[in-house]
Amino acid sequence: MTAGRTLAVAAALAASLLGGCAMPTFPTIQPWVKPYERERLADPIMKLSRDALADKHFEHVRDVREGARGATGFQGGGCGCN
Amino acid sequence: MAATKAAIGLWRRLLALFGGLLGGLLGVAGARAADLPENKAEALIHSYSGGGVNAYGPAFLVRKSIFDKVSLTGTYYVDAVSNASIDVVTTASPYKETRHEFGLSADYVYRDAQITFGLMTSHEPDYVANTGSLDVTQEVFGGMTTVAFGFTRASDTVKKHNEPEFNDSANHWQYRLGLTQILTTRWLMSVNFEALSDDGYLASPYRVARVFGAAVPERTPRTRSGRAVKLRLVGDLGNRDATHLEYRYFSDTWDIKAHTAEIGYSRYFGENWLADSFFRYYTQTGALFYSDNAMSETLYVSRNRQLSTFNNMGLGAKLSYNLRRVPGRYDLKLNGSYEYTRFKFKDFTDLRDGSLYGYASSVIQVYLSATY
Repeated sequence: MTAGRTLAVAAALAASLLGGCAMPTFPTIQPWVKPYERERLADPIMKLSRDALADKHFEHVRDVREGARGATGFQGGGCGCN
Repeated sequence: MAATKAAIGLWRRLLALFGGLLGGLLGVAGARAADLPENKAEALIHSYSGGGVNAYGPAFLVRKSIFDKVSLTGTYYVDAVSNASIDVVTTASPYKETRHEFGLSADYVYRDAQITFGLMTSHEPDYVANTGSLDVTQEVFGGMTTVAFGFTRASDTVKKHNEPEFNDSANHWQYRLGLTQILTTRWLMSVNFEALSDDGYLASPYRVARVFGAAVPERTPRTRSGRAVKLRLVGDLGNRDATHLEYRYFSDTWDIKAHTAEIGYSRYFGENWLADSFFRYYTQTGALFYSDNAMSETLYVSRNRQLSTFNNMGLGAKLSYNLRRVPGRYDLKLNGSYEYTRFKFKDFTDLRDGSLYGYASSVIQVYLSATY
């Protein structure tokens, strides 16, 4: 039996096995946290950034003293203040 | 033949399953609309002190929505810097200068998407930076997932005091992707990725490097590309308190690799007080061409300690107090924050005594914030 024929037989066996069995029914994923359940998440204490100006200042202080930048959600300002 | 039919059947079932999953994810979008950012005003006094550098100034932000479709934000930021840093005292003279930054941005909401367009200009006597940015966020999956992407383009002009013939430029590009996911009724997480690219004059016209102990102008590559990825987890702890955990990894073509980790805790006290605290740790490896004192001639050489191997640890706290609240009309808060950070350099020596350099810095902010 050639390798190609072996593969074809194996594929046919696998397909008939899967096709013959009842496919498991996967439930459609629905949002599991409803809007009315998001009261705690909407509290200011949970915000990624509460005060843009203050957070931007901290970010600027770090940007001009550290080699790493980016992925913080803030726009840097050009400045040579070392 | 039977095998072919069975294989086709299998593919159909898999496609139906994939379609169902995708439909579940995207089909619920459109059921609600994204909100414009709330109207807000902030007035801030900031101060930085550390390593011989003092910087302070005011900053203001005003945001107001128009026709419930567009929100305009204006910012003004001042940095009055007096610099007697280790670089300056060992190789130059202390100086003072002021930086002014103006920003204007517009947020536009369409269905579940928010589009933000921003312009910013920063001016100091020897450095001008102009920046434009575009960001889009889209809520999907019934508002449980927010996808964000954005782009920033900046163009800088670099000059030098007392040398009017010196005039160079630098360009910056930033591309970012983000995803915020509600995990449970109490926890949410975000993942942000950003690619950064710079070209042009990326050095300082004042800083010197040391080669065989002699001071020479630093020579820095004119291109740099970096990648940053940040993970953040925020959780409500159930007793009017919350915690956040953050980690960021950064690497670039100058061979800097940096890790940043932060843990924070926030808590309400009574009706009017909110306290935040955090601990932050940062560590990086040095750039390929960084040298405290080079012992061979190389194309590029720099003694910029920002590109050296170092770490820092910061401890911060913030207190917010509700000054006045009229439900449905406005809310006024007084805020104060403080951060203490300790820097330790591994291969940057203090030329005055030959010891490894280190310093501590303090950041203070006092500000009023109002939503209306």
